Amino acid sequence: MNNETLIPVIGVVTDIRIDTPDVKTFRVVTPDGNKPFEYMPGQCAMLSIPGVGEAMFSITSSPTNTEYMEFSIKKCGCLTDWLHKMEVGQYVTVRGPYGNYFPVETELKGKNLLFIAGGIGLAPLRSVINYCRANRDNYGTIDIIYGSRSKDDLVDYSEIINEWMTEAGVSVHLTIDREQEGWDGHVGFVPNYVKELNPDINKTVLVCGPPIMIKFTLNALKELGFTEEQVYTTMELRMKCGVGKCGRCNIGSKYVCKDGPVFRYDKLGALPDEY
Amino acid sequence: MLKIKLSKLPILFDALSDKNKLYIPADTKGGARFLQYENGMTMTKELNTVRSPKDLFFPQTENLMDFKLEGKKIEVIDTREECEDFVIFGVRACDVRSFEVLDRVFLSEPIDTYYKNRREHGVIVSLACNRPEETCFCSTFDIDCANPEGDVASYICGDEMYFEPLTEKGSELLLNLSCLSEGSEAPVYECKRNIYEIKSKLPLSTLSAEKFGKNMTEYFNSDKWDELSEACLGCGTCTFVCPTCQCYDIKDFDTGNGIKRFRCWDSCMYSDFTKMAHGNPRVSQKERFRQRFMHKLVYYPMNNDGLFSCVGCGRCLSKCPISMNIVKVMKKLGEGKDE
Repeated sequence: MNNETLIPVIGVVTDIRIDTPDVKTFRVVTPDGNKPFEYMPGQCAMLSIPGVGEAMFSITSSPTNTEYMEFSIKKCGCLTDWLHKMEVGQYVTVRGPYGNYFPVETELKGKNLLFIAGGIGLAPLRSVINYCRANRDNYGTIDIIYGSRSKDDLVDYSEIINEWMTEAGVSVHLTIDREQEGWDGHVGFVPNYVKELNPDINKTVLVCGPPIMIKFTLNALKELGFTEEQVYTTMELRMKCGVGKCGRCNIGSKYVCKDGPVFRYDKLGALPDEY
Repeated sequence: MLKIKLSKLPILFDALSDKNKLYIPADTKGGARFLQYENGMTMTKELNTVRSPKDLFFPQTENLMDFKLEGKKIEVIDTREECEDFVIFGVRACDVRSFEVLDRVFLSEPIDTYYKNRREHGVIVSLACNRPEETCFCSTFDIDCANPEGDVASYICGDEMYFEPLTEKGSELLLNLSCLSEGSEAPVYECKRNIYEIKSKLPLSTLSAEKFGKNMTEYFNSDKWDELSEACLGCGTCTFVCPTCQCYDIKDFDTGNGIKRFRCWDSCMYSDFTKMAHGNPRVSQKERFRQRFMHKLVYYPMNNDGLFSCVGCGRCLSKCPISMNIVKVMKKLGEGKDE
């Protein structure tokens, strides 16, 4: 990490992909064309447009990508509105990496993995999924359950269809909230779909999505017989510094920016219910 | 032990301010505050300053960096200046301890270099509290106002002031100050004895923090927070006068000729502190109020070997417009929890 944690480096947006009506994926490199910094799957970075704002985003590209970093960002506030209006060639500032990461080199190694994502919650999990695919021998089966409001809201649908679905040892289960013309896949909310699919309870689970989806999914997993120690999820709260000092993301004795964003479910339960 | 006649203090101040920037607690229209010493300025007779000296290390507003924008391009400009050596004179024991509380935040990895730079250049001359007041409760947190920490401890005994260097930095500061002469320790002992006598009679002398620093979810879920927070205005005065509150905001200002990025004190008592695009996890003043006291009494000590993020300076007791304060919170929360 950069010694001056509050002072960012410059990034250049070299590609903008429109994923859904309100999600775009931005590719960022340094002005001399390199990846801004190394990180692990699940870690985050502070992106800023000076004068507009600075906020924490999960890095959606896999660390195994040596050329650039990618951020999938949903338009939902001042800064993200501005980011969505950017054109290729725009400079941004970037600092990080911040936070912990999914334990891909320890607890997840050798495990059969079940990824459960809702909406933009795929962004941090995509980093882990592609990291595991790139280090295929280190992991068992990979199951992905991904749901969104509609077919058009599935983030990076082409990678899902063309790469994940066609790969041996990877199975993908998609669902959308309501019936839609041209969709012959599953319809229904993620937590119910998880129950319907009735996954093997020996899998290790990684859940990411809107807080309400996470809560119901965790309940569904418990009903199926999964223990809290098998489930990893992420948290997000407002952040300013990214290094556990500005106080904003403090919850109980933890700072989400530093001690999270990844929490094993049993550890999360010990914290005050304030997220 | 070195000493000087109180009437000769200006000579000491002039000598100290010759080599370093010197800050002393002085009277202003808005009450006592730490001011940069200028010839002729005298020390306040007040027990303590309205605001703590924390902003000498962690300023209320500081320019972190600038940005130059040109079309799609951005340039980061490092605006930091070399920090000069400075002396803070007359810091009370509670405020000296507050620096340790802040150190554990800003000097833990990754180190905040802005803070560290100032901290390394600052020398602290503490001052024993001859007349601790009704709002004082430093002893609750094992702080001894008769034996203040810092680089040099000082004591006012009659018409003389005594100095005892406690660190290398402190010894260095007192070197070659011809206005100081050798003094015996007896008057200082007498001074300390008097302080202990006054302290033992103070209304908050028996307040204990023993019940805190643990039982996180139990305190968090206590039904007493509704009543305690009911009248809170959310003005944030307590956080601004608090020597240990360290939450901050980062904000950009468009000068018309570039962007200045500032770090400013912030308060967990404010509604937008945790507000995000999709909502706010702390919906009412009750949650914000609870956060502030849970952090000082439970979360911070859990992360810092039992050290509390309150030093008993009593500023919040005298400044809160609705007379709510950490003492009332401790008493109420601790009710029926005797072990």
